[in-house]
Amino acid sequence: MNINIENLTKRYGPQRAVDGLSFEVRTGEILGFLGPNGAGKSTTMKMITGYLGIGEGQIRVGDKSVAEHGDDLKKYIGYLPENNPLYLDMPVIDYLGFCAALQGVEKSLIPTRIREMVRVCGLNAEKHKKIGELSKGYRQRVGLAQAMIHDPQILILDEPTTGLDPNQIVEIRKLIRQLGKAKTVILSTHILPEVEATCDRILIINKGRIVADGTADNLRQQAAGKEILKVQIQDAKPEDIQQALQRLTNTDYVQLLDAAQSRFEVHSKAGASSKRDIFQLCVQKNWVLSELTPIETRLEDIFRNLTVN
Amino acid sequence: MRATWTIATRELNSFFDSLIAYILLVAFLGFSGFFTWLYGNDIFFVGQASLQGFFAIAYWTLFFFIPALTMRLLAEEKKTGTIELLLTKAVTDRQVVMGKFLATLMLVGIALAFSLPYVVTVANIGNLDVGEAICGYVGLLLLSAAYISIGLYASSITSNQIVAFLTALFIGLFFHLLFDVLAGNFTGVAGTVISYLSLSNHFESISRGVVDTRDLIYFFSIIFIGLFLSELSLTKRNLQ
Repeated sequence: MNINIENLTKRYGPQRAVDGLSFEVRTGEILGFLGPNGAGKSTTMKMITGYLGIGEGQIRVGDKSVAEHGDDLKKYIGYLPENNPLYLDMPVIDYLGFCAALQGVEKSLIPTRIREMVRVCGLNAEKHKKIGELSKGYRQRVGLAQAMIHDPQILILDEPTTGLDPNQIVEIRKLIRQLGKAKTVILSTHILPEVEATCDRILIINKGRIVADGTADNLRQQAAGKEILKVQIQDAKPEDIQQALQRLTNTDYVQLLDAAQSRFEVHSKAGASSKRDIFQLCVQKNWVLSELTPIETRLEDIFRNLTVN
Repeated sequence: MRATWTIATRELNSFFDSLIAYILLVAFLGFSGFFTWLYGNDIFFVGQASLQGFFAIAYWTLFFFIPALTMRLLAEEKKTGTIELLLTKAVTDRQVVMGKFLATLMLVGIALAFSLPYVVTVANIGNLDVGEAICGYVGLLLLSAAYISIGLYASSITSNQIVAFLTALFIGLFFHLLFDVLAGNFTGVAGTVISYLSLSNHFESISRGVVDTRDLIYFFSIIFIGLFLSELSLTKRNLQ
């Protein structure tokens, strides 16, 4: 099921929490929702799940509008809210059974689904305890289990890996990737490597507006604009090397980083790459090329550039 | 229907898990038993095999206990945030309200069922008017349903349980006592209207064994309005 959002706006008093948001998520796509605190991520997610009313604009899930058919659409959506609220006085198994029944899972299938979720989320050791007795990580697993109990076509996860240990994080990411092949997944997070590890597409929002949309590589290219290479060439004077590099067609400018080590930073012209030229140059002149490293813009930098103002 | 029932049974279980149910049962039976059998104008004082004394006591004990049961229903879910999880499941706001209402009514029903030995005892002492006793219980159930719907509404407007309890008690007090007192101070149409609003008049007439449509309409109106307003205040999150 695709999710289609058009011109979504939500006001809290005079403040616009979400301001003219438009995007689409297709089946089989995992969308990472990034943004600083208060950017409008959770509000958007709440509106998709039907918990909050839609201010202005339109959300369509499949071919139905959430505003008109919200109650019918809920059964297709699995939702893990922020802070993971749970009934602490209920045992894990009873709670999952309760959620399954509410989501309309057939009575005869409920035990199978519970077993499946206990296995997938690694809850076996704790399944008979009350939720209130569980550690934060295990509660998070229960939260994930309840979101997936009815095998929904759409998963909306608000910070799914908070409180999990590193092993579990890897497992949950793997699980999300696996699920994401057949389902539509939207997840929000503050952990940037997580987005790179799990998501097909990244959406960065700030103050309720989209500031970036694309794959991690796309975003890097857009943010970096130009290719930057770290180069170390030996067997010649640094000045000669610098001049030779500067003459290459695709090179914008060359910076000498370390004369003793003969290291340079080569900035290519926009949209062009000088890797091949550098290699050919070294072959021609019989120099030894001992380092050629592209400098990647980190996602953190992109995020900071786009959201700090 | 299935969703309503699922919510109702979970809620009822949580009453028993959190000891609230046991406290209610013990306190309700303790209070009403004490005043019915042991103290003051007790059942032996009347000289008739009648449960009127018990009904009069239960009329007051339920008035105080029901807000204590209803105060957490929605307020707690709002405070802990579980309401978000509940309302994003495949249920409507109405099913949530109905489920919680039913759960509390069932608990009060259980409490009233435990007082049935009183009926058996009194029937053994003398010639009990069974019709009147049945009507008395129906009256208590209707009164409970009315106060539960008021309590549910009070619980839906706040995330603080104490505020919910006091609000329910405050609204309840008008129906329970104040309208009756006020009615005495007014004449004409105002007097009639206020007197009709008083819950005690309707309860008394039912518990005497007279089931009048006017009384039924009165109780069902309160229940309906209470539940309707609760649903409305849940739905209000959409309208901001």
